[in-house]
Amino acid sequence: MRNYKNVIAAYSIMIFLIILVGIFQSWSIALTILNYCLISAVMTIGANIQWGYAGLINFGIMGYTALGGLAVVLVSVEPVKKAWQVGGLNILACIWIIVAIIFVVKFILNRFDKSKLRNYSIASVILGGIILLRVTAAPGIEAIESVDPARTGFLGGMGLPVLFSWIVGALLAGSLAFIIGKIALGLRADYLAIATLLIAEIIVSIIKHEEWLARGVKNVIGLKRPAPYEINLQTSEWFIDLVAKFNSSKLNLINSISDKQEALNQMVIDASSVYVKLCFTGLFLTVVIILLIVTQKALYSPWGRKMRAIRDNEEAASAMGKNIVKEHLLIFILGSAIVGLAGAMMVTNDGLFTPGSYRPMRYTFVIWVMVIVGGTGNNFGAILGGFVVWFLWVEAAPIALFLINLFTSHLPETNAVRVHLIESAPYFRFLVIGIGLLLIMRYRPQGIIPEKIIKQ
Amino acid sequence: MDFLNAIIVLFNFTVIPALAYGSQLALGAIFVTLIYAVLRFANFATGDMMSFGTMFAVILTYYFQSLGFGLGVLPTALLTIPFAILMMILYMLIIDKFVFSYYRIKKSPPVQFAMVSVGVMFVTQALIRIIIGPSDRRFLDGEKFIIKATEFKEMTGLAEGITLKSTQAITIVVTLIVVSIMFWFLNRTKTGTSMRAYSDNEDLALLSGIDPKRVVLITWVIAGILATIGGVLYGLDKSYRPFVYFNNMLPIFAAAIVGGIGNPFGAFLGGYVIAFAEIFVTYAYKRFISYLLPEHLEPDSLLQLLSTDYKFAVSFSILVIVLLIRPSGIFKGKVI
Repeated sequence: MRNYKNVIAAYSIMIFLIILVGIFQSWSIALTILNYCLISAVMTIGANIQWGYAGLINFGIMGYTALGGLAVVLVSVEPVKKAWQVGGLNILACIWIIVAIIFVVKFILNRFDKSKLRNYSIASVILGGIILLRVTAAPGIEAIESVDPARTGFLGGMGLPVLFSWIVGALLAGSLAFIIGKIALGLRADYLAIATLLIAEIIVSIIKHEEWLARGVKNVIGLKRPAPYEINLQTSEWFIDLVAKFNSSKLNLINSISDKQEALNQMVIDASSVYVKLCFTGLFLTVVIILLIVTQKALYSPWGRKMRAIRDNEEAASAMGKNIVKEHLLIFILGSAIVGLAGAMMVTNDGLFTPGSYRPMRYTFVIWVMVIVGGTGNNFGAILGGFVVWFLWVEAAPIALFLINLFTSHLPETNAVRVHLIESAPYFRFLVIGIGLLLIMRYRPQGIIPEKIIKQ
Repeated sequence: MDFLNAIIVLFNFTVIPALAYGSQLALGAIFVTLIYAVLRFANFATGDMMSFGTMFAVILTYYFQSLGFGLGVLPTALLTIPFAILMMILYMLIIDKFVFSYYRIKKSPPVQFAMVSVGVMFVTQALIRIIIGPSDRRFLDGEKFIIKATEFKEMTGLAEGITLKSTQAITIVVTLIVVSIMFWFLNRTKTGTSMRAYSDNEDLALLSGIDPKRVVLITWVIAGILATIGGVLYGLDKSYRPFVYFNNMLPIFAAAIVGGIGNPFGAFLGGYVIAFAEIFVTYAYKRFISYLLPEHLEPDSLLQLLSTDYKFAVSFSILVIVLLIRPSGIFKGKVI
């Protein structure tokens, strides 16, 4: 029971901090932070499955996040019929060419023995395939990108409900992880980190520059939402009544009717944004709770014990007849799929897909800091890490600004040092995160909420 | 004549930029490889450490310019490099004392080292942004070109010209000097030999009386020199933007691993392999081919294998292929 006290205390402090933001800044900001905390929590659950359960270091989180985001575009956006008409055939042909290349390479690999000739023939098949691909794709891509380039210029999606894309995002990320796992999982830990980081960069650069796919750096805006729109809320009767009911004590203090109406309008506008964010919070919270239950069950199942056995001593586990390669691949796919889900959730929350914003700093390293700080191998810890680090990441700048003002208040307004420090307040978040990580690594390497070993 | 023109086009647009870029990568890759060989971890703070050293060079350059010091035709930054190196080494030693040495004594696994270096990366990045800010800075002064295209055309009477920027020449020359001194040091002096012994087998090296503290110190000193010079040369050639240095870390890693991690000479060549591959794959060969073929065969398309957007992706793909086929790197480094 004592173990749970720590968990409860840590989470209550976190909720209290978010409520403080609500009181001092605004409820809308607090809910935005909370939503992002929940998304980060999903990402850390994914990373924690890989690192905490199995000891696999995956610095490619950025790539899976981006792929999850891409899934939202591919699933929920209405198809651009004209683009399909002018260039769809070429793109479909390209897919067949890729499939053909894969089959030919597989055929050569299976049919012939290892030799220089085999390597050269595989290389020439791939090179020839790429040239064929470019020749086939070029006219199609050009045609697609010239269809109303200011608004579309891409193939569009399937026009399905946006929630469906979360599943697709997970599937896409999982299948990518299957390929990467096949390639890279044999590497030693730090090489695996570098290799996954670089592969993720390749994926992001493809998403960024293939404009026919998802408009690339031109971004896709106005994505579908699983929650109501603010504008619709502000005009619907029941919502205005609800807001009036909630704030009746405040409204009763105002005497004149016109003032009352104005105050009510303002309240409705504020409340509509809070309401929409609450809808998202509800959705995200459901996802986090489901994931938490499933991962918790998995961790203490025979399967979880097997994973930890493999993590702690590969040779021994292998000697006991466990298939390490297979288990590593499986856990790599599972973790990446969850990260892909988080990527889809994030794009849904933002309502826009901006491939240019996927940078390793924000989407790989910060997520890793979350896992390490929270507690590796413990799901509650990982989620808490997501909350704490995201909160610091967002609130470090205002807090730094406050402290700078406090400590330099004796200096005149125009003092060069003071001006410079105030200008560089946003960068204190890197300092806080970095020093936090170093301190945790040094003095509490198991994280805030350490892994719990149940003796059976 | 057409053949000569074709060669010059290729030389001007691929070979010269690739040599300069490759030199910058090579310095960084040797830095990564040295840290890996002696201290045994992948340093994710590489890019930001290079940026940190360059930051001092930039600040000192501005200071010297305000004092009126300069080297005439050469950039003032060359004058500031020794001071920047000193600051860089000091910073690295402080970091080592307060961060890395603890894990070295504990003999932590390399993964933990890598995570710690991520922490150092965050802190370094924050310091850079707080001290100098994230904006783009040019600190090149002195003569910009050694040979201009128009001059070259007049001199030779050819249709195509060669442009040689002074920064490119400086980069290549300085790199060659630094790298040859470093290899002389590693292979010929006693300290260098002791470093290599420590890298090959730590226990055996300790038994034969090599002082590990000294080896670590010397490694950081060399690392500081390489990081600062590599960073400054890149900054002179392109421009100084803290963010770009972080991105450059990735091709640098690729170069170090392709060359065989832990093998300095491999890393040196790996830098050029990556740079040439990036530029040759993304170069549009239309102009080159049009000189070689008769007029009616002239190609319509750009004849580009991949668009320049995929420059980085090329080097990463090379890395993936190398890891798949020959994980110890082209020039045999430590076995993974």
